[in-house]
Amino acid sequence: MKEQQKIINIQVSQLKEKVKEFKNQGYRLVQISCTRLENFELSYSFDKNYEFVYLRFSVAKAEDPIPSVSGIYWCAFLYENELHDLFGLNIKDIVIDYKGQFYTTAIKNPFGQEFKQEDK
Amino acid sequence: MTKRTIIPFGPQHPVLPEPIHLDLVVEDELVVEAIPRIGFIHRGLEKLIEKRDFVDFVYVAERICGICSFIHGMTYCVGVEAVMGIEVPRRAQYLRTIWSELSRIHSHLLWLGLTADAFGFENLFMNSWRIREIVLDIIEETTGGRVIFGSAKIGGVRVDIAPEQIAAIVKKLNKLEKEIKDISNVFLKDPSVKHRLVGVGVLSKDDAYALGAVGPVLRASGVALDTRQLGYAAFDEIKVTPITDPRGDSYARCVVRIQEIFQSIDIIRQAKEKIRVGPIEVKVEGTPNGEYFARTEQPRGEVIYYIKGDGTKFLKRMRVRTPTFANVPALLKVLAGCQLADVPVLVLTIDPCISCTER
Amino acid sequence: MFFHLAKIALKSLFSKPATRRYPFEVREAYKHTRGQIAIEINQCIYCGICQRKCPTAALAVDRQAKSWTIDRLRCISCRACVGVCPKSCLTMKNSYTKPSLNRRKETFKNA
Repeated sequence: MKEQQKIINIQVSQLKEKVKEFKNQGYRLVQISCTRLENFELSYSFDKNYEFVYLRFSVAKAEDPIPSVSGIYWCAFLYENELHDLFGLNIKDIVIDYKGQFYTTAIKNPFGQEFKQEDK
Repeated sequence: MTKRTIIPFGPQHPVLPEPIHLDLVVEDELVVEAIPRIGFIHRGLEKLIEKRDFVDFVYVAERICGICSFIHGMTYCVGVEAVMGIEVPRRAQYLRTIWSELSRIHSHLLWLGLTADAFGFENLFMNSWRIREIVLDIIEETTGGRVIFGSAKIGGVRVDIAPEQIAAIVKKLNKLEKEIKDISNVFLKDPSVKHRLVGVGVLSKDDAYALGAVGPVLRASGVALDTRQLGYAAFDEIKVTPITDPRGDSYARCVVRIQEIFQSIDIIRQAKEKIRVGPIEVKVEGTPNGEYFARTEQPRGEVIYYIKGDGTKFLKRMRVRTPTFANVPALLKVLAGCQLADVPVLVLTIDPCISCTER
Repeated sequence: MFFHLAKIALKSLFSKPATRRYPFEVREAYKHTRGQIAIEINQCIYCGICQRKCPTAALAVDRQAKSWTIDRLRCISCRACVGVCPKSCLTMKNSYTKPSLNRRKETFKNA
């Protein structure tokens, strides 16, 4: 029972206007996640009446600035703080900013390090 | 202007099942705002995907949480099966549905007990958990473990339930239904319980939708969204109507959860009529290559597993977004403006499962 | 109208208690309960597949010394080793490991 999931590829600069479009059409923010490949690949997922859509863009380095969407969807501040703590991404103007104290881990930015394949 | 004090709530508190910390800013017993702090039991389970191959990872996925354990394992399997294009046999779909609904019944009975404990009604707490023991015995008889089922597997399920066992389960649940009706009469009609729940923590329909709330918290504010309608497992043949309540206060959340217990017992009855005979698993060959977001309905709301594979036997990324993580903003909105003595009841009405939230 | 719990409370006052006086009365275990792993050491060929499949690294197999060791407190009773053993010499008993203060590892040898 695989459901249809639509992917929309965008650039970082279009992020805020696309998210505002979704908000005006009545979508709810479902989740924000990141994958560490050669670059950082982000996915912002939205849903309305079981129709699932997600925005996809990448940043090359952890220091590249990404605008925050917590002004449009207030609940996004939790996801963005988590991305900052685990991956070291630079997200600007989060509504409530924990400044690195959200998850205190023994290694800083555990996911942002180089991806090494280890044999079991 | 009255003086503001900051009172720390948690991480250790008699009413909380798991540690979460809230800084409550109060003015003379009225809470003005709440600032959350999580991260006390962060185990880094998402990083473990780099060390365990995708078939063995089911054991880790099941142990993310103790209460919603089977549905975590099942959602992981649904995600990997969608990426690899594996078709699960019908009998395995029905068995997965039966175990998911048993999981939902025991989780809601646990929640009823904890809520009764939160407003001090210990006798009701013990009675709810006495009924829950019977459900746990059914689960142990069929899968081998009381809390961690160990029966989810990529390609199907690991153990089978014989037809006479399914009939025995339905008979036990029929007897249980009368006892649950007696308990729910106390929750819904007793004046002292109503005094603590009615009108406390109202969440309006627009707020619940805009803040991204999921599960019974969203449905108790009048929005009819239930991920079981997507049709995973056997839910394409068993229709589920979302149960909603327009009031939006803690009493409405209690009503929605109690009615979901009766709905789950009915779903198990329907599954018994419709289950087919046949194999319970299918052989898995190859490695996953692609990505997919798998969504199912846990007792607490909608859980999402993002699976990304690149053709090797180690997955590239597995990300879990649990329902309690999505309900925390709704909790912060509800806490602003409530009395200090209502804080434990409100924290429990969103059904916090912090070990899920922090993986 | 009042005292809705009275009916349930009176019923439990006059019936048998719902709890069992463990450890004097022990419940009979169910057939499929996942308790602890047992091995038929004469059949074991020391191939080491169970050690590789174990999710918590609780097994240690020594081919030279012909011994099979299990760390009881690391085993999570998941039955992965039972499924992959080529000689089917591993089974799952339905009784739990008894609590102990110091003994963790059990070694079986085919001397």
